[in-house]
Amino acid sequence: MADDVMVPSAPMHAEPSERPPIQIVPLRALPVVAVILIFVVVSIVANWRWGLIFCHVVGGGMWTAIDLFVGLVIGPILGRLSIPARAEFTARFMPKMVVIMPTVVTMTLATGFQVARMLGNLAPSSANHAWLIASFCVVGIMAVIALGILEPANIAVLFEMNKPVPNGERIHRLMNRFIYTAGITGLMQIATLVIMTRVASR
Amino acid sequence: MSSAAFDNAVDRPFPPVAWLSTTALAFVVVGGIIVASHAPHVTPLGLPLAFLSVGAVLLVAALGMLTQLKDFAWPTFMKVFKWELLAYVVVAGMIELAFVHDHMRGSSLVVVTLMLVVFAVSVPTTAAFTVARYAQPPDNG
Repeated sequence: MADDVMVPSAPMHAEPSERPPIQIVPLRALPVVAVILIFVVVSIVANWRWGLIFCHVVGGGMWTAIDLFVGLVIGPILGRLSIPARAEFTARFMPKMVVIMPTVVTMTLATGFQVARMLGNLAPSSANHAWLIASFCVVGIMAVIALGILEPANIAVLFEMNKPVPNGERIHRLMNRFIYTAGITGLMQIATLVIMTRVASR
Repeated sequence: MSSAAFDNAVDRPFPPVAWLSTTALAFVVVGGIIVASHAPHVTPLGLPLAFLSVGAVLLVAALGMLTQLKDFAWPTFMKVFKWELLAYVVVAGMIELAFVHDHMRGSSLVVVTLMLVVFAVSVPTTAAFTVARYAQPPDNG
């Protein structure tokens, strides 16, 4: 769930920004989010097997891929860019993550629970029960990191960047949260891949 | 510090509102995992109730500290809080729908609902506080 972007050492006091204000939540994306969430709700209420599996596989695949790609590929590249380039990228990238990640995560988790129930994997007698509990724990750790640590930092950085004179040191400190948690998130995503492929192959 | 003296280069000390509300979130997440691990059967509620209680106490403590803050950017806090609350009420509603759809009823449903209330309030509290602590308080003078 990590929108892992690294913005290391930025200057303490940047020059007044000439960048147009950042739209923190891209409003144009909200209708798409609404359609996805309605699709999820319909799939759950109707016990629509294909809809549930579609949402869970697509959402889960995107969640893991985005987390690992951003953490392992985009993050290190960003760390080597110039400070203006990082700021420019972050200003365009993070608002999209504010919309994409909660949607993908909600889509994955809401339908995943229903898929597990439908396939009987939730039953204590199921061979997959222990794996599912392990996946609940993995998701729980990622949820607390994402919702309690990363999302607040993400939004605070965007607000800071919208100020006439952003505080570079503060942005740097907030973005450090992404670096500190990237290892845990990566490990949890790999654990998710192992658990889900174990469950699917039994 | 008065708002007239606000300096964006200086980070003021604040009580640990975000840490408390995030820890509250962690407690209800653990409680939720315990409940979900027993589904679709009836969950023994002792442990989930304990986690819910600690989570609720921590959240109330965070909100209590928040209300005591002086020279705080309340407009910024409310701006973030209301939109985050809307988003997480929708998410919590979807989780509640899933549990109701799976025939969860009675005291188990009450505990899950209260956990979702803590979840839906703690996340916006953490985010809004993290943003507002660095924002300029309104000029009261």
